[in-house]
Amino acid sequence: MATEKKATIKEKAKSAQRKPATFGEDIDLKAFAGAAEPQKYRQDPSQLPARDKQQMLGAGVILDDSSQRSGTFIQMDNTPVHSSVWQEGIEVMPVSQALEKYDWIADYWWRAVAVDADKYTANVELNQHNGYFIRALPGQKTELPVQACLYLNQAGLAQNVHNIIIAEEGSELHIITGCTTALADEPGLHLGVSEFFIKPGAKITFTMIHNWNPEIAVRPRTGVIIEENGLFLSNYVLMKPVRSLQMYPTAYCVGENATVRYNSVLAAGEGSSLDVGSRALLNAAGARTEIVARAITTGGSIISRGLIEGNAPGVKGHLECRGLILQGKGVIHAVPELKGTLAGIDLSHEAAVGKIAEEEVEYLMARGLTENEATAAIVRGFLRVDIEGLPSLLTAELQQAVAASEKDIL
Amino acid sequence: MLEIKDLSVAVGDREILHNISLKIAEGETHVLFGPNGAGKSTLLMTIMGFPKYRVTGGAIIFDGKDITPLSIDERARLGIGMSFQRPPVVRGVKTRDMLNACMREATSPEAINDLARRSDMTDFLDRDVNYGFSGGEIKRSEIMQLLAQKPLLSLLDEPESGVDLVNIALIGSLMNSLLDKECPIRFRKCMGLIITHTGHILNYINARTGYVMIGGRIGCAADPREILASIKEKGYEECVQCLLMNNAKRKASC
Repeated sequence: MATEKKATIKEKAKSAQRKPATFGEDIDLKAFAGAAEPQKYRQDPSQLPARDKQQMLGAGVILDDSSQRSGTFIQMDNTPVHSSVWQEGIEVMPVSQALEKYDWIADYWWRAVAVDADKYTANVELNQHNGYFIRALPGQKTELPVQACLYLNQAGLAQNVHNIIIAEEGSELHIITGCTTALADEPGLHLGVSEFFIKPGAKITFTMIHNWNPEIAVRPRTGVIIEENGLFLSNYVLMKPVRSLQMYPTAYCVGENATVRYNSVLAAGEGSSLDVGSRALLNAAGARTEIVARAITTGGSIISRGLIEGNAPGVKGHLECRGLILQGKGVIHAVPELKGTLAGIDLSHEAAVGKIAEEEVEYLMARGLTENEATAAIVRGFLRVDIEGLPSLLTAELQQAVAASEKDIL
Repeated sequence: MLEIKDLSVAVGDREILHNISLKIAEGETHVLFGPNGAGKSTLLMTIMGFPKYRVTGGAIIFDGKDITPLSIDERARLGIGMSFQRPPVVRGVKTRDMLNACMREATSPEAINDLARRSDMTDFLDRDVNYGFSGGEIKRSEIMQLLAQKPLLSLLDEPESGVDLVNIALIGSLMNSLLDKECPIRFRKCMGLIITHTGHILNYINARTGYVMIGGRIGCAADPREILASIKEKGYEECVQCLLMNNAKRKASC
């Protein structure tokens, strides 16, 4: 990267070092360590300790059967411990390696996310610990998903990663990212910047499963730039406890007919505080978006945000947020926002927060289900993910990830 | 056998049903007529056990057991099933899941597919139950669920309302199957209590007894076709008069 550009980025980052984020609890970064013990690189990821593999499996990362994935990236704390790819035309490597290999990555670095957005982006720039680079070459399509795991192993660590994902023209990338931890109840901080670039006619499906612990704070920062006829499909699942999580990924539809769909499934138990949103800026003619969020609380607090901005002719967007309060103390605050800046756009939203409808429970009971069975069936239905455009394998895995956690919330 | 003894029911503070008595023996289908707001659906919902319908007097005896204190699901598992007039949409719960739940015991996907084929509901198996269904589709879905549940007593709330002529024949045939009508009378076990406004369903299914309900009371029990003919000719006016006379007689004898 040109020295001058690098210096400018650093300057900007420094200027934002104390800038709190617009949303979410302000995390004291000084409370977390920046350095971590280096981890051993594994040529064969199945050689990782069984306990870690089990934890990763819970977040959708399969290490014992490479036939189910076209590539794998694993980072433990600050060290990439494995990186491999099985399909021609797909690249998977630590971002540090990609920066050495390709000068042009400088053109993408902090282009979809502002380095001075807040103190967390600044911290990732100033104390970066790698991250992944995934790219599909023009016209290449992953048959099986690429998987990436960001794993927090050391208590008290701030993991700062910067990921770059590029789908070149006409390509197709399916990615599963599992973020999880070896720590049962010790604190940690995960800061992850992800910048996605979807070139004309390309498609990325990005399925992210978060399995943290009740003491971990998480601040992902994601930006997506979608060019003409590009498609970005994001599925986010958070069913396990986390202390504090705030994110508001932003997709910029800059090419004609660019499309973005977000689906989020969130559950918050007592002690969990989530502030999760999805933002789509429809800046080119014919751009489309659909944002769907399902939130369940059994005692935790969830702010479910959404923003669609229509800034070009013929754009269309719909935002849906449904919240279910299963027990007395939980809070769900839905904040759907629409902003239109010209005539001829079509934006809509619907939001509903409440308890399970008695009428539905009784209907199922009339078919012979007990009250508990009926409630479980309705909750399972509420969390069911039917996502247009997602390959059936991924849909099945996503259902499995949700189902695996259902018993915790029922 | 279903025996309803002197049943009174309130919703909130208001009594809706007053001293209802009726008996349905094994293998019999009975029909309930009555104007809107007469309390017909209230009676069915009470037999099914919906807590909103509070029994203030009398009892419901099913198969020799007083089921009045039992919950909805306990009644369902004893063999009572209901087809709803306006069932709720349950988002995320597929029609296939409902059939699985109705069958209770493990069943093969083929059995479910067969049932859906018979009910002309194949395309709806993987859709959220009742979501975006037309009137006729809802009715077919309801009867299909009951066929999966195989209740001894089927409570059918206006199974033909909003259904076109082609579909009503199919619904009639499914109901005949549900109510064991293919079985010789002396072996027939299943019972039915059907609410009908128009009586169209009587063109497709035989029923032994009809009742007219007005103002939360049952006026008479007679041949359902005779009752229907009388309602068609004179409306419910004659039934109202008849009920008034009955009430006067009852009061005089007290």
